[in-house]
Amino acid sequence: MSNAALLSVEDVAVDLPTARGNLRAVDRVDLALGAGKTLGIVGESGCGKTMLSRAILQLLPKKAKLTGRVMFDGQDLARCSAETLRKLRARSLAVVFQDPMTSLNPVLTVGTQLIETLQEHLELDALSARRRSVELLAAVGIPAPEQRLTQYPHQLSGGMRQRVAIAIALSCEPKLLIADEPTTALDVTIQAQILDLLAREQKRRQMAMILITHDLGVVAGRTDEVAVMYAGRVVERAPTQILFKQMHMPYTEALLAAIPKLDTAPHTPLPAISGRPPDPTRPLKGCSFAPRCRYAASRCEAEKPLLASAETASHQYACFHPIKLAAGVGA
Amino acid sequence: MATLDLTIGEDVAAVPARRKRRLGRLFWAAFGWMIFVFAVALLADVLPLPSPTDMDMLERRAPISAEHWLGTDGLGRDELARLVHGARISLVVGVCAPVIGLTFGGALGMLAGYFRGRFETFVVGSMDVLLAFPPLILALAVTAYLGQSIFNLTCILGVLSIPAFMRVSRAATLTLARREFVIAAQAIGASHARILLRELLPNVMLPLLVFFLLGVAVIIVAEGALSFLGLGVPPPISSWGSMIGEGRESLEVAPQLAFFPAIAMFLTVLSFNLVGDALRALTDPRQGAL
Amino acid sequence: MLGFVARRLLYLLPVLLAVSLLTFLIASLLPGDLAYVILGDQATPEKVEALRHDMGLDQPILIRYLGWLGHILQGDFGRSFRTGQTVLQAVGERLPVSLELMILAEFLGLLIGVPLAIACAAKAGGAFDRFMTSTAFGMLSVPTFLSAILLIYLFAVELHWLPATGYVPLSEDPIGNLRFFVLPALTLALAEWPGIMRVLRSDLITTLQEDYIALARAKGLTPRRILFVHALKPSSLTLVTITGINIGRLIGGAVIVETIFALPGIGRLLVSAIGTRDLIILQGVVLLVAAGFVIMNFVVDMLYAVLDPRIRHGHA
Repeated sequence: MSNAALLSVEDVAVDLPTARGNLRAVDRVDLALGAGKTLGIVGESGCGKTMLSRAILQLLPKKAKLTGRVMFDGQDLARCSAETLRKLRARSLAVVFQDPMTSLNPVLTVGTQLIETLQEHLELDALSARRRSVELLAAVGIPAPEQRLTQYPHQLSGGMRQRVAIAIALSCEPKLLIADEPTTALDVTIQAQILDLLAREQKRRQMAMILITHDLGVVAGRTDEVAVMYAGRVVERAPTQILFKQMHMPYTEALLAAIPKLDTAPHTPLPAISGRPPDPTRPLKGCSFAPRCRYAASRCEAEKPLLASAETASHQYACFHPIKLAAGVGA
Repeated sequence: MATLDLTIGEDVAAVPARRKRRLGRLFWAAFGWMIFVFAVALLADVLPLPSPTDMDMLERRAPISAEHWLGTDGLGRDELARLVHGARISLVVGVCAPVIGLTFGGALGMLAGYFRGRFETFVVGSMDVLLAFPPLILALAVTAYLGQSIFNLTCILGVLSIPAFMRVSRAATLTLARREFVIAAQAIGASHARILLRELLPNVMLPLLVFFLLGVAVIIVAEGALSFLGLGVPPPISSWGSMIGEGRESLEVAPQLAFFPAIAMFLTVLSFNLVGDALRALTDPRQGAL
Repeated sequence: MLGFVARRLLYLLPVLLAVSLLTFLIASLLPGDLAYVILGDQATPEKVEALRHDMGLDQPILIRYLGWLGHILQGDFGRSFRTGQTVLQAVGERLPVSLELMILAEFLGLLIGVPLAIACAAKAGGAFDRFMTSTAFGMLSVPTFLSAILLIYLFAVELHWLPATGYVPLSEDPIGNLRFFVLPALTLALAEWPGIMRVLRSDLITTLQEDYIALARAKGLTPRRILFVHALKPSSLTLVTITGINIGRLIGGAVIVETIFALPGIGRLLVSAIGTRDLIILQGVVLLVAAGFVIMNFVVDMLYAVLDPRIRHGHA
């Protein structure tokens, strides 16, 4: 990567003990993100991308076991004390969750939820905090910001609520913002607005950002680098443009093919990926994608492929039969 | 948030699993005590105990001895014998009254939950009205006017328990009446009576019986409270409640006279509560008490 | 909001009416001729007839009920033939005592239950939580009069710290008054706190699993603020409901305690009215108590709407 990475996830694994055995939600992931850069993490539900974000944020459930290091700004977050972590939050690390209806407290006003963050970390007095809140709400594109302060989340539309959540996340000028499926719970028409807002703020503040989504289309053009996750591992990683031009993983190819395109003939069946991700409590010996992969061979079922570099060092993938064709593969 | 949901489910699920194992031993101990008390009450007359009414004025408030295993009370009567016979009274009232509630309340609830509409509003409203009255006062009023007797006491306590059973029965019926097997029965033209008796009743019976156990605990306490004040079972019949009431007089000199029946009552009530709660957790884990 | 209140009131009125009818019926249909009771066993049949006619006892029940109801609505609850007091006077004397007991009891119950609930929920599943939950369960199996005996034995008989019975009005001697109320209030509180703790704890645990708590943690707020502001407020709804219902229930349920500790409250008034066959008092006071309970539930419903803005605005 360019400069010293702001965030460096090193060999991180997350294990969850369940009634049916150990669940490996994240399987030895390495990631690096420089300051001011955007990373997209793409994958199906259950691939571990949310667990990974929780691991980075140190918000894992009590039962979860984390191994590996999460280096942020020189500190290993996994080894920090609770108090140190708490002080880091909002000022260095911020997050936007998927569903603003459930991530905002329904019995507290928008104002309270904004102001408390400001007062906790920036130690502003009530008046300045209030003023700053109004500025923040205006900055994220909410009309009539003063009135919003006394309103409750349920009085706002879905898009507005997410803007509020973004305002809260940005309030203390964090160095890293993690947006976990920020538009999945919103109307399609609002999605682009929210994503643009995030991109704009990110550029303006030179903030590092991780955009987590299941939709490859979301990361195109909005991220510097993309990591594709499947069954708890990173299976392909590349700078965004290179990934779209020249993907190597059959899974990535399938993901892209599953996006409906404007220029396909009407009534063309969507090429969905058949099958389901493997049961995380029963990991497969070989490649996790093999049961669903159309290029699968006997080696794929016997051995697990490791991440290896392609032509450029920045492009890595884990497959025995990488695709060598250009993107936009048809039938 | 698929993965997150999974873990939260595991977190919460882990606790009741542990609880169930612990309640395993506790459950059987409680159940055992229940059986023991029932047996003792049933066999009261046959057990090798002195008569509970024989007064021995020379041995009043005697401590534990070989002759009187738990000592004697203020009138020289054998404490253990009185405890055993008191168990009988407390259990008779404690079990029979909820039976009234179960029968009438259960029926009303099922009918209300099945037929809905105005009938349901009427039934629920009536129960609300009944619930508005302080129950002990109602019980006192009835026994005062109709006379103190075990029968009257059982009846009024039974009537007072009807609203609670109605609620349980209605709630169960409401969930069940929408299920496929009821709709299927209606589709083949089964009569209301048939549906109620054949389809709904067996399923509603289970939560009702579980609630019955908890009801027994409540009634034992209610009867105990009334008898404690001397307004429950008519003297000279004594239940645990009246024994505790009498024991109150001698708290300074012989506190055990109050505490022996108190412990007996506590253990019995606790057992019914434990067993009832454990069964409730088993049959409907969402409504487990703790 | 007004629509909500109006709908609730519409349900309230028939219930109150039914309560009044039932009260009257209970008092009137019970055997024991009132006139005989008043005049005593020596009364001659003519005197009884005359008195019955005077009191309107020879009229059909419905007429008597409507007459009584009419008086009630004008504020005339009747006069006890034993003591000569009006019902309202008697209640006015006794109500402060019962209220003081109820409020103190609920307050103590909250004092014990709320912190325990918070402590248990904060570390749910831990050793303290399990211990406290078991204790609460056990406590629920201890009847009120049992706790009363225990407390009397411990504090009055053995330690001589507090008096077992007695009462002195608050206005006369606040300290003395409170001394007399400690044991009775504590007795009731011991029965209240398990319910409070259990409900609040379960509510808190559910709330703590919500996404907005995760976000609050992600925002780096102090655990104290998260617990007391973000978690407690949504959970306080249930707490308010419970408290309201408890206080309403205590109106009638404190009979035992009032009798044991010889407190001149409403409960004891009712018990003695039953004993002396003072029907007027019985009718009037039972009506007040039952109506009070129904109204209390209504108030709780309203409070619910205030605390949860979603209900206020017609959502949720």
